[in-house]
Amino acid sequence: MAADTFDRIADIIAETANVDRATITPEAHVINDLGIDSLDFLDIVFAIDKEFGIKVPVEAWTEQVNTGKAPAEQFFIMKGLADRIDELVAAKG
Amino acid sequence: MILERFAMIDRIIAHDAETLSAAATLPLESPVFEGHFPGFPILPGVLMIETMAQAGGWLMVARLGFERMPLLAKVNEAKMRGMLRPGDAITIEAKLVHDGSGYAVLAGRIKDAAGKPVADAEYTLRTLPFPEASLAALVRARGTELGLP
Repeated sequence: MAADTFDRIADIIAETANVDRATITPEAHVINDLGIDSLDFLDIVFAIDKEFGIKVPVEAWTEQVNTGKAPAEQFFIMKGLADRIDELVAAKG
Repeated sequence: MILERFAMIDRIIAHDAETLSAAATLPLESPVFEGHFPGFPILPGVLMIETMAQAGGWLMVARLGFERMPLLAKVNEAKMRGMLRPGDAITIEAKLVHDGSGYAVLAGRIKDAAGKPVADAEYTLRTLPFPEASLAALVRARGTELGLP
């Protein structure tokens, strides 16, 4: 996990959803631990899309979790989220 | 425009993948005007927002091939710069700001017959699969009536 990516995402979450930055750790679950609802998460995804110039495939991620094809940790634990963002940025070239 | 049915758009003038412009004329009479306000009928600001959201909704419906329905999720910023009265003709513009996964952010504007901005807003639409094929068919039919191909 790139520390810079984690920090940028954590800053976005803290600012967008009014979450105490100190509570946003690599092990924190974005929804369950940080108290972020679906509308706040939409705002966060929009901010991440803009910040990194990507399109976070939230619907595909959610479907993978809901159908058991991937664990929630892969996308919605902070360190996993940061890894996925790094991958999307790398894929963008 | 039929306020009590939330039919805010009369026809779509032009559109492409990222913009849409539409036209509407406020009705001369409506139960909405009877209460808002007695003797001084003006279009409520929330219905200006709804009108802008519907223009953006038609843009997204067309962009997504009539396969998903947009729902207003958030109004990021709205300004009502003037008043609209019964019989006023308006144009409504929608511009795609960002097409995300399951959502879109749009900028909207209403102009009066003289081209003066009356309202503008940035808003977020969720886009979901239609819950029923019959609703998808109704939306497609209505879109055709309004001028979408």
